[in-house]
Amino acid sequence: MYPTKSLLTRALVLSASTALAGCDWIVMKPHGDIAEQQANLIVTSTLLMLLIIVPVIALTLFFAFRYRQSNPDATYAPDWDHSTRLELVIWGAPLLIIIALGAITWISTHKLDPFRPLDRISEDKPLAADVKPLEVYAVSMDWKWLFIYPEQGIATVNELAAPVDRPIHFRFTSTSVMNTFYVPALAGMIYTMPGMETQLHAVINKAGVYDGISGHYSGAGFSDMRFKFHGLSNEEFASWVGENKAGGQALTREGYLQLEKPSTKEPVQRFASVEPGLWGAIVDRCVDGKKMCASTMMAIDAAGGAGKGGVASTMRSNWSSLDGSKRERTVVAALCTPTNLQGLPVESDAAAAAKN
Amino acid sequence: MNAPVYPVEAHPVFGRLGLHALPIHEPILVATFIAVALGGLFVFFLITKFKLWGHLWRDWITSIDHKKIGIMYMILGIVMLLRGFADALMMRAHQAMAFGENAGFLPPHHYDQVFTAHGVIMIFFVAMPFVTGLMNYVVPLQIGARDVAFPFLNNFSFWMTVGGAILVMISLFVGEFAKTGWLAFPPLSGILASPDPGVDYYLWSLQIAGVGTTLSGINLIATIIKMRAPGMALMKMPVFTWTSLCTNVLIVASFPVLAAALALLTADRYLGTNFFTNDLGGNAMLYVNLIWIWGHPEVYILVLPIFGVFSEVVSTFSQKKLFGYASMVYATVVITILSYLVWLHHFFTMGSGASVNSFFGITTMIISIPTGAKIFNWLFTMYRGRIKFEVPMLWTVGFMITFVIGGMTGVLLAVPAADFVLHNSLFLIAHFHNVIIGGVVFGVFAAINYWFPKAFGFRLDAFWGKVSFWCWFIGFWVAFTPLYILGLMGITRRVSHFDDMTLQPYFVVAAIGAGIVALGIGAFLIQIAVSVWRRKELRDTTGDIWGGRTLEWSTSSPPPDYNFAFTPIAHEMDAWYDMKQRGAERPTTGFVSIHMPRNTGAGFVIAMLATAMGFALIWHMWVIAAISFAATVIAAIVHTFNYDRDYHIPADAVARTEDERTRALAA
Amino acid sequence: MSATIATHVNGAPVWYDHAGEHHPPNSTMLGFWLYLMSDCLIFAVLFAVYAVLGRNYAAGPSGADLFDLPLVAANTALLLFSSITYGFAMIAMQARKKSQVLAWLAVTGLLGLGFLGIELYEFHHLIHEGAGPGRSAFLSSFFTLVGTHGLHVTFGCIWLVTLMFQVGKGGLTPPNRRRLMCLSMFWHFLDVVWIGVFTFVYLMGVM
Repeated sequence: MYPTKSLLTRALVLSASTALAGCDWIVMKPHGDIAEQQANLIVTSTLLMLLIIVPVIALTLFFAFRYRQSNPDATYAPDWDHSTRLELVIWGAPLLIIIALGAITWISTHKLDPFRPLDRISEDKPLAADVKPLEVYAVSMDWKWLFIYPEQGIATVNELAAPVDRPIHFRFTSTSVMNTFYVPALAGMIYTMPGMETQLHAVINKAGVYDGISGHYSGAGFSDMRFKFHGLSNEEFASWVGENKAGGQALTREGYLQLEKPSTKEPVQRFASVEPGLWGAIVDRCVDGKKMCASTMMAIDAAGGAGKGGVASTMRSNWSSLDGSKRERTVVAALCTPTNLQGLPVESDAAAAAKN
Repeated sequence: MNAPVYPVEAHPVFGRLGLHALPIHEPILVATFIAVALGGLFVFFLITKFKLWGHLWRDWITSIDHKKIGIMYMILGIVMLLRGFADALMMRAHQAMAFGENAGFLPPHHYDQVFTAHGVIMIFFVAMPFVTGLMNYVVPLQIGARDVAFPFLNNFSFWMTVGGAILVMISLFVGEFAKTGWLAFPPLSGILASPDPGVDYYLWSLQIAGVGTTLSGINLIATIIKMRAPGMALMKMPVFTWTSLCTNVLIVASFPVLAAALALLTADRYLGTNFFTNDLGGNAMLYVNLIWIWGHPEVYILVLPIFGVFSEVVSTFSQKKLFGYASMVYATVVITILSYLVWLHHFFTMGSGASVNSFFGITTMIISIPTGAKIFNWLFTMYRGRIKFEVPMLWTVGFMITFVIGGMTGVLLAVPAADFVLHNSLFLIAHFHNVIIGGVVFGVFAAINYWFPKAFGFRLDAFWGKVSFWCWFIGFWVAFTPLYILGLMGITRRVSHFDDMTLQPYFVVAAIGAGIVALGIGAFLIQIAVSVWRRKELRDTTGDIWGGRTLEWSTSSPPPDYNFAFTPIAHEMDAWYDMKQRGAERPTTGFVSIHMPRNTGAGFVIAMLATAMGFALIWHMWVIAAISFAATVIAAIVHTFNYDRDYHIPADAVARTEDERTRALAA
Repeated sequence: MSATIATHVNGAPVWYDHAGEHHPPNSTMLGFWLYLMSDCLIFAVLFAVYAVLGRNYAAGPSGADLFDLPLVAANTALLLFSSITYGFAMIAMQARKKSQVLAWLAVTGLLGLGFLGIELYEFHHLIHEGAGPGRSAFLSSFFTLVGTHGLHVTFGCIWLVTLMFQVGKGGLTPPNRRRLMCLSMFWHFLDVVWIGVFTFVYLMGVM
């Protein structure tokens, strides 16, 4: 429980050796091309800045030693307080470094923009023209991750897999609060937010099992919001998909609403099929069919709102609390029509049909 | 989860307050309460025994003297440092243990409050009071003034800050604190995800303290602009006064944004508005932007006065004029302006698009240029100086080495694509502690050691000061180097339980580092106690113990209530050094009566009523809230009917005080 | 930094101001102006929030559906006139005519109360119709921006009544004149903010 003397010794030895080995430093030695480029950026920036930092620290220690009062040999110039040449260096040298860093920043920020599709698989593997990215939709929930594979028609909770060397195109959203999707071995992180869709393009270059987390504190179950990300060969990936299809249940809207209820330490779940239009409804925040979809609401607002009668279109909706207490929130009720009984946006119906 | 459940319907008088709000089932809290209660009772007993209540009320609580108020701010900072650091020790201890089967000793419900409280307390109730206290004490003396522009407001500002601190401390024993992180982002901090009073404690304590800080900012700007001694042009002001001016401009130009953002979140929680909700048109990203538009200038508010401290300390202890005064001033002003153009670097990962991210990344890097210029200027002040390694100078050298590394990791994080892998990781935690501890905390200790003799007439014990410094310096690096490494291993912040046992040794080392820092804090407290004990030996009768260069060193230690019998006339920068060089003679006769502001209890009363209103609102005690709100307003109005705000110190009293000094100087 | 203090006498520097008790320049105006700018920043944030959220009707009513422009015009007229009447009060103050000051203050106060009355009626009507601050983000930001302005006017009226008592009792003493000038700045500031409100919220809301 409390660190004993032997744990202490082990701690010091282990940390020293691990620090030197750097083998666990997944951020610096990742296995995805995007993350690798980001790691190189860290190294380059650090080296550029050390050009200033090392001399500064050295000079600090040197001046502190040399100009100490007890050293009579050092020159004492109490009124020397200005030197234009020195000022030029003091302002100029950091400026040059920052110009260099600024250029690197502009270029790398555009190149590694999470919303930008990949243009290569890795440093020595270009992207073939006909490669279609693997589409993965991810929802951060309280406190687990739901992953939907629209092309394969499967879904999982708290387990992610992808074939090696194939670009992955993620889309993210969240159920209630902000989170961050982060697999350090793969790429950088991106916020997941309710009612919004963020994206990430990445690729995994080496097979293995990697850690995935939420990198943004989201409440009581945050620490257990972990999943494993499996980098698999094409065959292994296909069999993984098959496993999900064989063993899993269907992910219906009902099932999703159950899943949305707060829970921690969720074990891996597998779904063999996903109800059509579910992802659109999740992003649109109208899975239950009773609430107005966000895109419908935005379209109505863009057209100038629903008029004075719109004040009556709200309803109470249950909110699941972790402590079990009953809470309700106010939402806008869906506009259902005879041909669109759930008040879904018409496009998402068609798009869902096209995908499945 | 064993979290208390608060009733939704409120009792007409007691709101949702009830016995369930008391943590009688939490042993750590019960033990803390008993310790605090016993300690508090002991202090009350001592004050009563030595019949000090009258003195406390007349000479401290109601004091509008900037020197007394400055000292009280420092005391507040030290008390809250102990609380905030206790939170830090708990976090380090818990994270060192919570691996695998071991869930640690803090369930998430508590751990999440501890890290939130740690951040809120350290920024708002430790760093801000320290910085405000220093500026309050030193600036009027440095510019040759008798007090600040608005002495009553100064007192009121202090008690409002205390009011906020009281609410945070009460949250430990009545109810709970927020579990959202120190900036309380919605939707997590909204009424749906956080229905408990925790976020309400957060909102009201910061709103009340924020009023105090904003008024303080206005006060000090007016003081510096209007009350400088004759001859002290802006470009002849001490650098600490310059940095104070810029800091207070930042305060006035950023705290209103915090007030508005918190008010909007309060409206969401109390009135059912939809600023930051998910479903009726709200936008939580708006809060993130607003809070960081305040948040980034805030960190410069903390560090700019400290840069001023270091300028004074380096110059004094190198026995040399500060290198590049004009350059220092311009650098400070540039930093002040640029600090408004960088806020988005706190959320590069929110998906703003590459051009927006690049812009903010580049502006963030540009700020490092004037900051670097300052470091170089301190370096070249040391060059060809004759450096005395008194305790303040030790802290300064420690700062120069530590802070630059923190600055480097900051510029690293300013590269958006690098930030994508380091955002919210332990690397980030290590970075900001690096700059805040290496910068602000080291600077505060340098300042305390530097100006303590001025405030109290005797210096602090040097031995224990050096022990404190080395413990902090070594402890900081032992505590945070593992965190830098863990960040590079992909570990994120605010985690209360781990499964990967190979990480544990790092957390153990970090906990040891925190323990070493604790020794440093202990050494600091011992330093104060030992210095008080040995004050006769450590006495300074000259008023100028270090051979200072600015006007505060021309007064006695401690200065008289009126600071200066005659306002000094400044001719050059480093006015006191100039006076000494050119043989200025201190006047010993011809004293006149001095016009002084009168002490008043109104500030204390109004602030405590506002605090009571805050507490009532937190617990939904609407009747009591309405009454205390009305009482606050009425008390303020009643105060405005008091026109009897000042008095005169008669000339012979001034003469007596000055004669005493003449005698002390001659001895 | 008074021009009357000699820094050198016969070429030798003077180190202390022996003339002693000269009243330092009064900082109240600068201090109040700084406070007003901080208040302006709060309003700026509320305007920015309205700019971001002001079209999020949540499938509810928009400004065009709800705003009663003739009523707002009446409101605006009352407030603008109240600024003029306060100006008359200040002119009377310069002329040291205490009873005129009190009279103009009273008129200003009544106009201010009229403004508030109409605004409360408007808010009550909206809430009664179901378009309260909780209905949508647009309505939240509308009520908060306009309501914060109204709260400021309310405090201004309380301050005005207090000052009327103080001037009535103590006369146009220097502290009271300073207070009247501060309230003047406050009152005109609220006027300027209102011009922003009725332009960006009401007029542009119905376009």
